[in-house]
Amino acid sequence: MGRAARIMVWGCAGAILLGPILLGLWVSLRASLGVFPALGSVDLTLAPYRALMETPGIWAAMWLSLRTGLVASLISFGLAVTFVAQARGSRLLAPLLAPFLAIPHAAIALGLAFLIAPSGWIMRVIALPFDLQTPPDWPLVNDPAGLALILGLIIKETPFLIIVMAAALSQLPLTRHLRIGASLGYSRPQIWAYVILPQLYPLIRPPVMVVLAYGLSVVDMALILGPNTPPSFAVMVMRLFSAPDLALLMPAFAGAVVQVVLILFALLALIVLERLLAHFGRAALRRGIRRTITVPQPVMALPRLVMGMGLFSILCLGLWSITWRWPWPAPLPTTWSMRLWQSAEWQDALRVSLGIAGASVALSLILALLILEAHGRTARALTPLIYLPLLVPQIGFLFGVNSALLNIGVASGVGGVIWGHILFVCPYMLLLLMDPWRAIPRPLLHCAASLGAGPWRRFFAVKLPLMLRPICIAAAVGFGVSIAQYLPTLFLGGGRVASLTTEAVALASGGDRRITGVYGSLKAAVPLLAYLAAFLIPRTIWRNRRAMREGVV
Amino acid sequence: MKFKYLLSALCLFIAPPAMAQTWQETLDAARGQTVYWHAWGGDPRTNSYIDWVNEQMQARFGVTVAQVPLTDTAEAVTRVLSERAAGQDTGGAVDLIWINGPNFLAMKEQDLLFGPFVSRLPNARFVDLSPDAPASVDFTVPVEGMESPWRLAKFVFIHDSARVPNPPRTMADLLDWARANEGRFTHPDPSNFMGASFLKQALISLVDDPAALQRPVTEADYDALTAPLWAWYDALRPLMWRGGETFPENESIQARLMNDGEIDITMSFDPSYAAAAIGLGLLPDTARVFVPEGGTLGNISFVAIPYNAAHPEAAQVVADFLLSPEAQAHMQNIDNLGAFSVLDPARLDAEAAAFFADLPQSPALPDLADLGPTLLEPHASWMTAISEDWAARYAR
Repeated sequence: MGRAARIMVWGCAGAILLGPILLGLWVSLRASLGVFPALGSVDLTLAPYRALMETPGIWAAMWLSLRTGLVASLISFGLAVTFVAQARGSRLLAPLLAPFLAIPHAAIALGLAFLIAPSGWIMRVIALPFDLQTPPDWPLVNDPAGLALILGLIIKETPFLIIVMAAALSQLPLTRHLRIGASLGYSRPQIWAYVILPQLYPLIRPPVMVVLAYGLSVVDMALILGPNTPPSFAVMVMRLFSAPDLALLMPAFAGAVVQVVLILFALLALIVLERLLAHFGRAALRRGIRRTITVPQPVMALPRLVMGMGLFSILCLGLWSITWRWPWPAPLPTTWSMRLWQSAEWQDALRVSLGIAGASVALSLILALLILEAHGRTARALTPLIYLPLLVPQIGFLFGVNSALLNIGVASGVGGVIWGHILFVCPYMLLLLMDPWRAIPRPLLHCAASLGAGPWRRFFAVKLPLMLRPICIAAAVGFGVSIAQYLPTLFLGGGRVASLTTEAVALASGGDRRITGVYGSLKAAVPLLAYLAAFLIPRTIWRNRRAMREGVV
Repeated sequence: MKFKYLLSALCLFIAPPAMAQTWQETLDAARGQTVYWHAWGGDPRTNSYIDWVNEQMQARFGVTVAQVPLTDTAEAVTRVLSERAAGQDTGGAVDLIWINGPNFLAMKEQDLLFGPFVSRLPNARFVDLSPDAPASVDFTVPVEGMESPWRLAKFVFIHDSARVPNPPRTMADLLDWARANEGRFTHPDPSNFMGASFLKQALISLVDDPAALQRPVTEADYDALTAPLWAWYDALRPLMWRGGETFPENESIQARLMNDGEIDITMSFDPSYAAAAIGLGLLPDTARVFVPEGGTLGNISFVAIPYNAAHPEAAQVVADFLLSPEAQAHMQNIDNLGAFSVLDPARLDAEAAAFFADLPQSPALPDLADLGPTLLEPHASWMTAISEDWAARYAR
């Protein structure tokens, strides 16, 4: 690609992916300082922040968000390390875990909420043998400490970190390190801590930060699993945005800005923690003590336990969707029914979700390929494009974007929603395509060029076929990301775009687990099917090309 | 941009002022329009009733009704507000809103409403619209024709008669019952309409001078009037489910707790809720309705049209159809929605009354006589004041 084309691609990508975020943040910041012409307010003032700080429970909510976000991220990280350190050939395991990535947070949360509740499935199974007449009055979900929320986040984030780590580990001479470390008399956990993690961590630092930022600002999962008096900070801001009292709108914008600051603060805490670990780690390293450390078996099993809970959560959703009545303390539903699947309501939502996901994945793929072709070999240029949308909390800018869009006369609707989804789908696709793209063997391209193939032909005849598998996987994950989007669909669709997720969240407030089960299973099933397709398509197309099937890269 | 302004200026000339229309002209203008009805989407029965309304409207008036399901009515208010902020004074996204007291007050104060339109609806003749009638006052805010009634709400408790054969009859009894049955009572979070309504119901039952609640909070001695409420609540809270640290998000979630066996008492603003929920498998078959002595709060749900609605004619036709005896009877039928009608039985002619004659019965469905007197809602500012006070006291 020529220089001019490269600059143009960069400009377009910036305008599409970064423009709305910066604009939305700007509108939020202005409104938080009292400049919101809609309410006839034009003077700079700190009053919205003062009003926000007077909201009851605000400090507890901030502390809760920081705590749950940090704890969940650290535990997920630890579990992911435990898993990759014991899994042989974790590169091969990663594809099996990828479907977890595709299942939306809200679906896991809905299932988990039933699985672990005092009157939930686990308790129902042990109610008869223990002769429990009524469910115990224990705070197992929506607990004030946010433990259920932390568990939900761990279930969702551990597989993500495992995949990221497995990909990064493939860049390290792992076996050689282990062998050399062992020959110097270090035990396996020591080698991991002293040799491998210090090399691995810089490679996976950005995804770790994404996990932390997400855990701090998640709305749907916190609504379902988190405490509600006070709720987590993001939920509190969301409630301010939707309060009937319009005077709370500017404090809500102030909350959106504070949410961004909270994330910056948490990232700072992470960096301090990194420094501390590095410092003490070096000291331990210098002492050179060889010690046989055996990690207890239960700890080794924890990652699998966590993923098992994820699986059972999804199973809960499926079970409830075919239930009519399931009273306490029956271990299984007492009356089964397909009535809820027979009603036609979910079909419209499914069609809308599929259409939006299809369009946003297709557009994101084109955009991602353009960006990779223009900047694929300079990772630095890609970083802000990928990580800004994933690090900035949605609540910080989406409401601002919506106001700005209306101001320039763009009516909300499906178009806006697709754009809103691209903001999040494209970064994930870039994230997944970046490494494969850099790994395309140059000699193949040189061969093609020397045989007379121009840039277009090289792209279509060499690169795309080589990249078919990563592209399919990226598209499947993008599909899942699109299906999961809640706030962008709600805000940018003007409430008129009824997707699986907006309907599911609206219905979840109605408390009928059976309907939630239908929508939740669909939300889990659609991304899983997309992933299955991503797995099968390359196999079918390359059924006569063994080398292509196994993947050159 | 300029072209757009020109176009909207032209539209102002073309579109005749709605108020000058005859009803037939409104019907003609409505034909072919789609009404985007923003309505809380958490109740599947309400959603399917709205679907039924859509079918009927298409067949009778050529009007399509599309429900925009909300998790909170305030979303629609915010929407209209941000449209006005953007200068979008016509062609707005919201045509009709299912609205309640505080949201109505907010929209009315901000001049975000279309109307007055209620008195020109032909079916309004079946409704008691005299100045003090429930349909003329929404949480003490005068309606003044800016919103049209469609369903009746009245506060009731629901108990599991298998576990609680003799439910408490006063707020003081409720406290005694909670002492004997620790962890088996709760109420929705007071940031939710139902949770705040429970506090209001308790306030009305416990206050010395209920008439003082009809005036805005600012004109009353708030601390003295609410002291009995907080004393009672301080005693009750530690005895509640989860030690009063956590509350269900709304009444549907609370009904689910009862269905799961975690609690024994729930509450609703819909007297037929227990009967309907049993039929749907959402409450135990033994669920029954009870009301405390002295009566309970009652109010009416309304629909309002934003000032910038794209289809105000069709929205009015929908509001009128919602008031028709046929639609009201279909709504009151517990097989469909089970919400009590807002029509005044005294104003129904024989033809209209016939629709209500043969509605199905259920053991969990109370008679109107069992429900006791209906108490007037306090001024809308009380709800905000006590739920904020509650949050300040208990949300740490």
